[in-house]
Amino acid sequence: MKMTQYYTRMGDGKRVQMTREEILSDIQAGTADAADMAGIPALNDDQIEHLIDIISCQDRVVGVAPGKEVVMTYDIGQLDFTGDNGNSGNGVDMGRLEAALLHERALGADTFELANSDYSIKPVKPIISMEKQTMEEIQQEIVAPFFYGAMPNMGLYYAPDGPYQNPADLMREFKIEESMAASEAAAEHLARDIEYVGTHIMAAGSDGFNFDTTGSAGDADFVGTLNGVKALRAACPEAYINVGAAGESVMGIHGMIEFEGTVCAGLYPHQQAQVIAQAGADVFGAVCNTNTSRSLAWNLARSVTFIKKAVEDSPIPVHVDMGMGVGGIPMKETPPVDAVARCNKAMVEIANVDGV
Amino acid sequence: MGMDIPHLMASGMGGIRSAGDLVARMMYDKKMKLKDAKAYVAKKLGLDCVEIADECIMRDLREELGIGVVTGVPGAPRGIAAKMNIEKLLDIKINSCEKFRQSLKN
Repeated sequence: MKMTQYYTRMGDGKRVQMTREEILSDIQAGTADAADMAGIPALNDDQIEHLIDIISCQDRVVGVAPGKEVVMTYDIGQLDFTGDNGNSGNGVDMGRLEAALLHERALGADTFELANSDYSIKPVKPIISMEKQTMEEIQQEIVAPFFYGAMPNMGLYYAPDGPYQNPADLMREFKIEESMAASEAAAEHLARDIEYVGTHIMAAGSDGFNFDTTGSAGDADFVGTLNGVKALRAACPEAYINVGAAGESVMGIHGMIEFEGTVCAGLYPHQQAQVIAQAGADVFGAVCNTNTSRSLAWNLARSVTFIKKAVEDSPIPVHVDMGMGVGGIPMKETPPVDAVARCNKAMVEIANVDGV
Repeated sequence: MGMDIPHLMASGMGGIRSAGDLVARMMYDKKMKLKDAKAYVAKKLGLDCVEIADECIMRDLREELGIGVVTGVPGAPRGIAAKMNIEKLLDIKINSCEKFRQSLKN
């Protein structure tokens, strides 16, 4: 007898058919991978069964029961309309006020944010007055919490874009101490810039600041951001601060840099949550990246395993990052609706996230 | 479209269509986890945690409370005015309202 085949997806979005047994096998492998990497519990039998049901359901769109809804935060701001395909942007030029209000009133956004087209902290400094002016204008009209959003993106502080030598280049020359010193100097610079941009934008009436892809340039980027968050919290106790990570593990490019006594290289989401809360953030954006060569079942099981533990251990609310290529969602410019809805439902019902 | 709409359809509260903005404010303002933030907002609205995500209930209630509605209603508070009403409803301070008040003479 031929086994029933279910439509599902690969991590690159490609549609494939798998049997229930194949889905189960991939879920078991995905959750075991996360559990092994982070030393955390794998999904139990009931959770695995629930995940199989979500993935094998053949309805195009799935969702949660009434009363189980969560709130949404956003990265990239209006660039999802105005940006190019690198950001999955639509390439539709429009004002930032209109884009914000469309998200609030047409797309059901619980929160939203203002973004610079580069979406990094550093380039905002010379144009901070323009950003403040736009923030003030949008705050006059919008009702939902409205953040300023940017990536710490510490790579911009290294040569040829910035004043510090590139740690990777120095390591290739076996200049290890110089490499670490360059990372530390860049991290201090980043923290100063976060405080500068953050306090200015709060003075313009922003509800807060969303730090997106924290740690994308490694552990020094992560620590520099946390020190910036700490300074912003001290200067602006009223700020709503969201810190989203860049991956399920902090890359140890420096290797030994610490935030208040904690070495940050190699921290997994449940550990990232502790230091992010310690720095003064209100909400943690937990991340698990997608492996494009593996199935949706493998990626989602792995991602739910990491995020579930982070939610359990985090002293602050956790909004799982669920854009293209994170949270189990396929890495594709046009993420398939069926895959996005399944990942969302699994994160809410199994990982028990506070938001997306 | 690939992100915003599927997430909204699957589990989103819907922002000012329901009480999603209010729950988010409590989450960020007081570091409340989802369950506590929903319970706080529900209590302030005199509803339960299912009803606060029901746009059929919240549409009229939001207009009555002057806390911003998703459709264009001439004369209904929006922006700073709606947020000042939200401050009173949730017993919180909102930064943009504080800055607005500071900008007034007398």
